[in-house]
Amino acid sequence: MSDKPEGLPPDAMTVEAKLGFLEYKKSPETHISLRKTGADSPCVTECKSKPCTTVCPAKVYEWEEHEKKVLVAYENCIECGACRMLCPFDNISCDWPKGGFGVKYKFG
Amino acid sequence: MPDPISYDFDAIVVGAGPAGVAAALTMARGGLNVALLERGEYPGAKNVQGAVLYSRMLHEIVPDFWKDPSAAIERPIVEQKTCITTADSWITVGYTSLKFLEGVPNCYTIIRVRFDQWFAAKAEAAGATLLTGVTVRDVLKTSDGKIFGVKTSEGDELKAPVVIACDGVNSLLAQKAGFIDELRPSEVALGAKEVLALDPAKIEDRFNLEPGQGATMELFGGITEGMLGYAFIYTNKDTLSLGVGCKLTDYQRRGVRPSDHLERVKRHPALRKLIEGAKTLEYSSHLIPEGGMNSMPPLAADGFLVAGDAAQMINPAYREGSNLAMTSGRLAGETVIEAKTKGDFSKATLEAYKTKLKASYIWPDMEEVKDLEEAVERSPGFLEFYPKLACDLAHMRFSADGQPKKDHIWKALGMLRERGLIRIARDLWPLRKVAI
Repeated sequence: MSDKPEGLPPDAMTVEAKLGFLEYKKSPETHISLRKTGADSPCVTECKSKPCTTVCPAKVYEWEEHEKKVLVAYENCIECGACRMLCPFDNISCDWPKGGFGVKYKFG
Repeated sequence: MPDPISYDFDAIVVGAGPAGVAAALTMARGGLNVALLERGEYPGAKNVQGAVLYSRMLHEIVPDFWKDPSAAIERPIVEQKTCITTADSWITVGYTSLKFLEGVPNCYTIIRVRFDQWFAAKAEAAGATLLTGVTVRDVLKTSDGKIFGVKTSEGDELKAPVVIACDGVNSLLAQKAGFIDELRPSEVALGAKEVLALDPAKIEDRFNLEPGQGATMELFGGITEGMLGYAFIYTNKDTLSLGVGCKLTDYQRRGVRPSDHLERVKRHPALRKLIEGAKTLEYSSHLIPEGGMNSMPPLAADGFLVAGDAAQMINPAYREGSNLAMTSGRLAGETVIEAKTKGDFSKATLEAYKTKLKASYIWPDMEEVKDLEEAVERSPGFLEFYPKLACDLAHMRFSADGQPKKDHIWKALGMLRERGLIRIARDLWPLRKVAI
């Protein structure tokens, strides 16, 4: 056996399923935005690894290959704040949702 | 002369976690008119911890809290284990003592959302005004840089001669006040966790516990897949807390999602039987400040103090954080009470907070471990070599392999030579600081 990750076990619980356990008070407005979007944004021109799409624990960020842009599902956000530091091009602006909105942990 | 500012409160605390509640409670008891602001719908709504809470620091704030039947605590911990793992082997070192139950019990598992609500209610009972659902967007500053309040996401302004930032890791408040820059990925760990339901009798069976008692286990080595961090499992009353946390730089470099990592952790043979049949109740994720003393923001400014995670007050080598948060919150509160008596909230007066931290366990402890993570990270292959070495040596020791035992010593030396004896000495020397 090796100590290297062997990918996801076939019966693994998906992030989507994990998020299904959570309650949110859905905010009508986003608290996350990309500082630059479009063809000249670093997501398109420079960023190869796109760590926001591979690391975010709530899978908020997804690369849409067809449209060549990062989609932001802010309503999934569990407010860890990692994306603020993850983006190698400082292109993610993530503030806290307005008072009372967002994730509502029951255990934490 | 400009008009004097008309204050709404004597002090404003931002964040109703362990640091914020400790600060608010301390000041409310001291007779101050305190606002405790929480951006969640209720205290704890945004908070995540393993969670093990060390009792002594809470006992200093809420004496004999464990005797209160309403106290939101789970199990007193009698057994603490550390596991060094490879993919198919592991060494367990544990310590169990019933002495942990005597006097001030050493530590309890807690469920943070319940605990935070219970703790915040103590501050309210002491007279603090808890305002939930309030996100602070910025500080109010005079033209000469004195902080005199906060501005909320609704545009409301709340004024007080002093603001204590207890808004957690990633303190947007300290950033907006201009005291710190954005944290770097190397200064934080990212943790993912699940709470799993399991019958109390099964918990006690699987962890070899008397009814009501608890155990903790941290797992290092192969289980973190070469990243710097650890996995953990803690026993609550009728749930288990299972999680893993590693440096954000490691997740970033490897492109690993912590939730997926947690799925692999759940299947490690050292853990999978412990959680068999346990049903997931909740998934959570949170950042852990790990920059320590090297990343600590200025702790005091004119009309401003920082405590808890917001001030990087965590001792990851000892799994401590919420206790440092409570003590730092209490000391910040005591500092503000003194400042109120003097009628002076200048930086010079509030710097007394730093003196108090230095006289407590917090400063020396953080000083002690400040370069530890860096030492491990600086040594390539550290996280792969030592767990494997330990398990290989143990394997030899516990096997009857048909070889004369005296040959084992040469084999063992061969394993050590792979890395070099001088290198090993250099690798292990920094770890002396966490030996005791």
